Amino acid sequence: MNLCSSRAVNSLTVQRRPGDGVVHPFPAGLRVLVVDDDVICLTVLQRMLQKCLYEVTIHNRAEAALELLRKDKTGFDIVLSDVHMPDMDGFKLLECVGLEMDLPVIMMSADESKDVVMKGVTHGACDYLIKPIRIEALKNIWQHVVRKKKQNRKEIEFEQPGTEEDGEQQQNPVEDADYLSSPYEENRKNSNKRKDEKDEAEEMDDTSTLKKPRVVWSVELHQQFVNAVNQLDIDKAVPKKILELMNVPGLTRENVASHLQKYRLYLRRISGVSQQQNGFNSSFRGPPDVTFGSISSLNGLSLQALAASGQIPPQSLAAIQAAALGIVANKSAISVPLIDQRNVFGYENQKLRFGEGYQQLNNNRKQMKLLHGIPTNMEPKQLATLHQSAEAFGNMQVQSQSSESGSLMTQLAQPLSSNQILNEINGSHVSGLSSSFGQPTLSQPNPSGVLTRSEIDNVCGAVYSSVSHPSVTVDFSVNPCTQLPGNRFAPVSNSKMSTLVSKGILQEEAKSDTKGSRGFLSNYGVFSNLNQNRTPDWGLHNVGPAFEPTQHSNMNQQLNSLLADNTHCKAKKFPDMGFQNNLFPEQFDQEDLLSSILKEEGTGPVESEFSFDGYHLDNLPV
Amino acid sequence: MERNHLQRRAAYMRETLFDQGYLDEQFIQLEDLQDDANPNFVEEVVKLFYTDSARFIRNIELALDNSTHHDFEKLDDIMHQFKGSSSSIGAEKVKRECTQFQEYCKAGNLEGCKRTFQQVKQENATLKRKLESYFQLKRQAS
Repeated sequence: MNLCSSRAVNSLTVQRRPGDGVVHPFPAGLRVLVVDDDVICLTVLQRMLQKCLYEVTIHNRAEAALELLRKDKTGFDIVLSDVHMPDMDGFKLLECVGLEMDLPVIMMSADESKDVVMKGVTHGACDYLIKPIRIEALKNIWQHVVRKKKQNRKEIEFEQPGTEEDGEQQQNPVEDADYLSSPYEENRKNSNKRKDEKDEAEEMDDTSTLKKPRVVWSVELHQQFVNAVNQLDIDKAVPKKILELMNVPGLTRENVASHLQKYRLYLRRISGVSQQQNGFNSSFRGPPDVTFGSISSLNGLSLQALAASGQIPPQSLAAIQAAALGIVANKSAISVPLIDQRNVFGYENQKLRFGEGYQQLNNNRKQMKLLHGIPTNMEPKQLATLHQSAEAFGNMQVQSQSSESGSLMTQLAQPLSSNQILNEINGSHVSGLSSSFGQPTLSQPNPSGVLTRSEIDNVCGAVYSSVSHPSVTVDFSVNPCTQLPGNRFAPVSNSKMSTLVSKGILQEEAKSDTKGSRGFLSNYGVFSNLNQNRTPDWGLHNVGPAFEPTQHSNMNQQLNSLLADNTHCKAKKFPDMGFQNNLFPEQFDQEDLLSSILKEEGTGPVESEFSFDGYHLDNLPV
Repeated sequence: MERNHLQRRAAYMRETLFDQGYLDEQFIQLEDLQDDANPNFVEEVVKLFYTDSARFIRNIELALDNSTHHDFEKLDDIMHQFKGSSSSIGAEKVKRECTQFQEYCKAGNLEGCKRTFQQVKQENATLKRKLESYFQLKRQAS
């Protein structure tokens, strides 16, 4: 069939790749490595990928493939790996690739049982394809590459906070004029990819955001804010004074005021959760090598949880939160450094943008803090992102109060390599609370099940400040509401997004938020797009375009609605949902869920095994 | 003339294979991968499959014949792989029997496994025969 190639050519702008004189229409030439012990499958996949104009390399032995990757870490753009292999477990390969090479990895299997798919999610797979694999499912795998690059870009951006605000607005080299979500200088050469994205998804509606300067509350900025607030004594902190103390050029009183509002809500929420069970205080110590690379959805730890555990002082919590938020922003392997500022405070923008009731938004956000979900689909990550963005309070700077949380937090504060982050996260106490939500990436064009992980910009679980530790029940209820047709497990379902929510927090807000988020998160793929396109603001406006408009119009709508929610489908239409009932009949559900998850893992409560993007959501059975 | 006739017969045979559930849409995916550069792709893949399937069947037979100890997990594992292969070429009936076999493995039902395994072998052999005829016909028709 020539669909693949012809479509590729038609839909993509012809871009010139640096280094060669040939003009390649992206995503042609994408370098794919396929690892599968089944020779028949390898042969068929090879042919299919060739038909998609990708450069394919096949290996039937995982060890050999890993060696090949190690020899040249930049030799491939994406890896497809089978789950069941005799010489090495596919998930192990996934982790290694994510950690060492930070490449997007797609898992494949004839096994479509939820546990296995969930395992893929928790280990950081950016997608999961059910065999037999159709060529349609392969045509769009390039989106994972783009998404990851985007995340990485954001990560880098994040590391240069000073340029954030201006950068976003001013950047966008001419060629990327439409794709303004992030400064792309260093990615100019990837402009072709971006363009493609743009062409495909029109996601970036950045031009509209450029109109007014948007403040991206980076970790540093948030930390400054928190410092100023603390100096002033939070009860008396007024925007004007905070602004003065912060002394950040370009920051307006309004910016501070809105941020302060959010922060206050956050703190209130945290304190309300303090009674929450401490059951999940265990840190997420997940296997240090948990990598997640491609799952951008996880923003990781629920900082909230950390905060809840009281181990994190408010400031650190904020930092963590920010980190979490950032992390959520599509980082696959590294959750922390990925703090996407935009996401972090995305909600802020969103709020403004969508004019939703602030309260509602906040509520939603709060709820999103913790994703609680059932490890059935890969949404947790998404949820995390959602939350994160919703929260947007957390500073990226994580100050560890406790040794454990501290480690996590400090880690968060710095740009960590993915490995580091993973380890950190593992070791930190984000246990239980982790609500890392990866950004759900919407792989819209994935007809197959697994949604592209939505990028959950906002780690819902952003741990804000540890005022109290609500026992966080992380519940990754990801619902596979596949919106995406196909055999992939596409947890795009608005209906069910399970969000990791700290119990405490959820309780308060559980109501609609959780539902909302549930649904939102379920759009595993949806989010990713959302996040991606997001500009500093939580990208709500971008969300839509993230997905290929053609295919996922409904998703876009969903996303948009979701975004309006602040990531949690607030908009979702859960008007008042009686979440309470479902969410927590209160807390117990989550706990049970977590417990069951944990049991599977054989670990204590909240072992952060679930690492998504390097964050351990918490014992997700992997 | 003769060619047309043969072509029609081949087409009819192919259609029957689909109608009778021997093949599913994955087979069409394979056919779509065939082009001038890869003119016999489908046949090559099918041949590969039969080489592999012989090996799988042998392994399962050995595992099932083990009178002392039956490792259902291992059986399930082997069958899982075989199922993956058969689904890759669109061998619907074979795949179904594999799934059934796996169910029995999970249930620890040895008799069920043995019975189903006979079905697997039978379906596998039947499909192989039919496909061989089909490819032969196609070759003659072109």
